[in-house]
Amino acid sequence: MPPVPAIGRAIPRREGVAKVTGRARYVDDLSLPGMLHGLTVRSPVPRGIIRAVHYGAGVPWDEITVVTAADIPGRNVVALILDDQPYLAADRINHAEEPILLLAHADKQLLEEARRLVTFDIEPLPAVFTLDDALSGAPIIWGENNLFKSYFVGRGDVDAAFADAPIVVEGVYETGAQEQLYIEPNGMLAVAGDASGVTVWGSMQCPYYIHKAIAGLFAMPLERIRVVQMETGGGFGGKEEYPSIIAGHAALLAWKSGRPVKMIYDRAEDMVATTKRHPSRTRHRTAVSRDGTLLGMDIDFMIDGGAYCTLSPVVLSRGTIHASGPYFCPNIRIRGRAVATNLPPHGAFRGFGAPQSIFALERHMDRVAAAIGLQPDELRRRNFIRPGQVSAVGQVMADRVDMDAILDRALDMADYHQKRTRFAAANVAAGRTRKGIGFATFMHGAGFTGSGEDHLASIVSVEATADGTVRVLSASTEIGQGTNTIFSQIAADALGVDVEAIEIAQPDTAVVPNSGPTVASRTCMVVGKLLETACRNLRAALTDSGHLASDGDLRQACRAYVRERGPLRASAHYQPNEAARWDDERYQGDAYGSYAWAAYVAEVTVDLVTFETRIDDFVAVQEVGRVIHPVLATGQIEGGVAQAIGWALYEDVVWREGRMANSQMTNYIMPTSVDLPPIRVHFEEVPYQHGPAGAKGIGELPMDGPAPAIANAIAHATGVDVRRVPFTPEMLAHLVEAAGA
Amino acid sequence: MPDAMEVSFVVNAGAVQVTTHPMARLLDVLRTTLHLTGTKEGCGEGECGACGVLLDGRLVNSCLVPIGQVNGSSVTTIEGVASGEQLHAVQQAFIDCGGAQCGICTPGMVLAAAALLDLNPSPSLDQIRIGLAGNLCRCTGYMRIFEAVVTAMRIKPAS
Repeated sequence: MPPVPAIGRAIPRREGVAKVTGRARYVDDLSLPGMLHGLTVRSPVPRGIIRAVHYGAGVPWDEITVVTAADIPGRNVVALILDDQPYLAADRINHAEEPILLLAHADKQLLEEARRLVTFDIEPLPAVFTLDDALSGAPIIWGENNLFKSYFVGRGDVDAAFADAPIVVEGVYETGAQEQLYIEPNGMLAVAGDASGVTVWGSMQCPYYIHKAIAGLFAMPLERIRVVQMETGGGFGGKEEYPSIIAGHAALLAWKSGRPVKMIYDRAEDMVATTKRHPSRTRHRTAVSRDGTLLGMDIDFMIDGGAYCTLSPVVLSRGTIHASGPYFCPNIRIRGRAVATNLPPHGAFRGFGAPQSIFALERHMDRVAAAIGLQPDELRRRNFIRPGQVSAVGQVMADRVDMDAILDRALDMADYHQKRTRFAAANVAAGRTRKGIGFATFMHGAGFTGSGEDHLASIVSVEATADGTVRVLSASTEIGQGTNTIFSQIAADALGVDVEAIEIAQPDTAVVPNSGPTVASRTCMVVGKLLETACRNLRAALTDSGHLASDGDLRQACRAYVRERGPLRASAHYQPNEAARWDDERYQGDAYGSYAWAAYVAEVTVDLVTFETRIDDFVAVQEVGRVIHPVLATGQIEGGVAQAIGWALYEDVVWREGRMANSQMTNYIMPTSVDLPPIRVHFEEVPYQHGPAGAKGIGELPMDGPAPAIANAIAHATGVDVRRVPFTPEMLAHLVEAAGA
Repeated sequence: MPDAMEVSFVVNAGAVQVTTHPMARLLDVLRTTLHLTGTKEGCGEGECGACGVLLDGRLVNSCLVPIGQVNGSSVTTIEGVASGEQLHAVQQAFIDCGGAQCGICTPGMVLAAAALLDLNPSPSLDQIRIGLAGNLCRCTGYMRIFEAVVTAMRIKPAS
C-alpha cells in the first residue's frame, strides 16, 4: 500500500530530537587532539597605511603562531564577485576592524593577552562614512568613483508622463543597517597541511563558496579541499559570504602551526566585524492621475556597500527590481547604485535589498494615496499588476497573481476598515496613547535573479543504500529553516516511501554535489525541484533494471539492486527554463521564475509620553505556492516578521568613526518574547508548475512587509510622516514635536 | 583568591568534582571540563539565555555563574532533561509545535520552559511570555515556542 503523502503534513523536524536534547553538534562543540584556538587582530582605524607592527613583551611569542599577509601561500583575496577584498590587510586599511594578522595558541587566555600586546603604526587617511560623501567622491576610496555597481532599468517614457501629470508626489526614505544576530556566533575548525590538504568544519550556509575561496587562498586544487557544514545556529544571510573569511583564517593558522585550529567569534567580534544589512536611501517621484492610476514612477535607489564589493551588486539588483513593487505602471525608471564607504562590508541579509526598496515604496504609496484623497487600499487596488501585464524590467506576469484577493483576506483578518475608522475617531480625544493600523502589499522573487540559476547549474543526487533507505546528497544546508525536513518530504513523495526511508547526508564537499548556495529563497523551489527529479530518476532506474514493479516496494528494490549490482545513484542537473528570457546587458526580461505575493497588516499603539511603539496585532497573508510543511512554513513567516519588527522598531546600529559602537546584545536590541504581538499567518495556496509539488520560495518574503506596514500604522496613529527605519522613540519624539510646533 | 580550588557539585544527578579557578564560568566547566556541550554560548554577557541551566532548580545563565558559587549545588543541563530516551513533555512539545528551528537557543529555552512549568503548572500566555523573556530566539518569532509551552502544560509531565 502506498504511504500517506508527506507533503502538506507537519511531520516532525528530522533533527528535532537532537536539537531538543542538546545532542546536535555545532562547530564549537567539536575538539580535536592538539587543537589550538585562533583569533584575529583587527584594525583600530577605518582607513590608513600600515607602517609597522609591534609585538609587545609579556607573552611567549615563540609559542604563538602568527600569520600575516606575507604567509599566504596563494592569492590574498576572498573569491566572490570581484577579487577586491584581502584575507589579511597587507599595507592598506579600508575599514575599521579589518583583519590584519592572526594568532593561535592552545591557551585562550594567553591569546587574549597577546592580542592586546600587538600594536600598529598606521598612517591615517581620510575616510568616507556616508552616502553623500561617497557620491561626492571626497575622497575616492574605491575604483574611479566610489561606485561598486549601477543599474538603469525601466520602460515607457517617464519624462513625458511627468510632464503631463496632474499630481506628482515625491519623497526620500532611508533605512539603517541591521545585524543578522543569529544566536550561534560564527565559527570554524580547520586542519591543513601540504600532505593532507585543507579540511574545515563550521557554521555556514554555502559550503561550496568556502570551497572555492580556500582553493584560491592556498593555490590548491579543489579536490584537496573539503568543507563540512556542522549544525548551524541560524544564518539569515550572515553566514553566506563571511564564513569564507573565517574558514580561510582558521586554515592559514592550521597550515602554519601544523595543528588543528578552532576559531570561534565572540558576540562582540561577530557584531563589530561581520556583515550587516545594507543601509539605503530611496528617492521616489510618482506621477499619478486624479483617480489614482500610476502614470510614472521615477525611483533612485542607493545602498551603502561598505569598503569592499562583496555581494553588493547582487543585493542592489534585487533591491532595484523590487523597487516598483507589485504594481503595473507603463512608465518606470529605476536607477540603482551601490556605493563604497569605509564601513565594514555590508552583505547578505534575508530579503537582500528588497526590504529596503519595498519599505520606501510602500510608505510612499500611503503618501500618494493621501495626496489624492484615496484610501491606501483603493490606491493599491487600482494599480496591482495582473496576469499578462509587464514589470519594470519587462517580465510578463505569466502565472496567476491575485493581489486583490490577498489584500481582501489580510484586511478582513485584521478588521482593518472598522479599526481604521474607529482609531481615527478615538485619536481625536486627548490622551496618552494613539492607535493606528496600516498595511503593505508586496512580492518577493524566488531563486537567483535573471540567468543566475543557469550559471549556478546546480546538481542534486540521491543514492540507494544497502539497507534500502535513500540518501539525499545536496550542499543545501539546514540552518533552522527546515531543509532536512522538507527535502525528506519531497523525496519521500517522489519515491513513494515513508519519510523514515529518507536520509539526508551532512553537507560535505567530499560527498555531496554542488546544489548551489543556501540563499535567495531557492532551497525549496529550485533545489527541491531538482531533488524531486533526481528521485524520479532513481525510481525509473530501479524500474528499468527490473528491480521495481509498478506496485513494488522501493526499499526492497534498493536493497536488491545494491546487493546484486552495487551502488545506485541518480542525479538531476538544473535545466534552464526554455520559456524564460533574460538579457543581462539590458537587465530586461524574466527576473525571477516565480514570485511570492503578500499583504501584511500592523496594528500599533504609540505612547505620546515615551514615544514607544507597541504592535498589538499583526496579520501576514501570502501566496507562496503549495505549502510543503504547514508548521515550518508558518514558523518561517513568524520568524521573518519578528526579525522585520526588530528592524522597524529596535535595531539601530550606531556608527562611530566607521565602527559599530553598540556591538553587544545589551545595547543592540532585538525583540524578546514580551515585545511581539500575536503574529497571525495565512497562506493562499496556488500551486506553481515549476516548483516541487507546486511550492515556491518563502524564506525572505516576511522580511519585506512589516517595516512599511508599521510605518503606515504609526502615521495613521500620530499623523507624523515616518520615513526612516528604525522608528525609534527618539525619532518619533522629534517628529511629533516638529509637527506640533 | 586562590588560583585553583576544588569544587564539588551534582550535574544531572551525578556527583562531580573539578579543580579550577574559582572565577571560571560554570558554562566553560560544563562544556570544556565535563564535555556537556548541549549548553550553548550566545553572548557571554547574560543577555541571550542560550547558556541557561538550572542551579538548584532555578534558571540561571551559566556564563554569569562563577564555578566557586556552585560548590555543593545541583545543576541540571539540557542533557539531564530527558529520562533516557523518554523525552520530557516540553521537549516533545517543542518538536511537535515547531518550537525549535536552528536549535541553538533550544537547550536554554527548553530549560526555561521546564522551570516555568515547575513554578507555575498552568501559566497564562502573559506569564509564559515573561517567563521566557530572558531567552532570545532569532528564528521563530516565539509564537511556536508559546504554543509548545501551552501544549506541554496540557500533557501530564513525564515525571
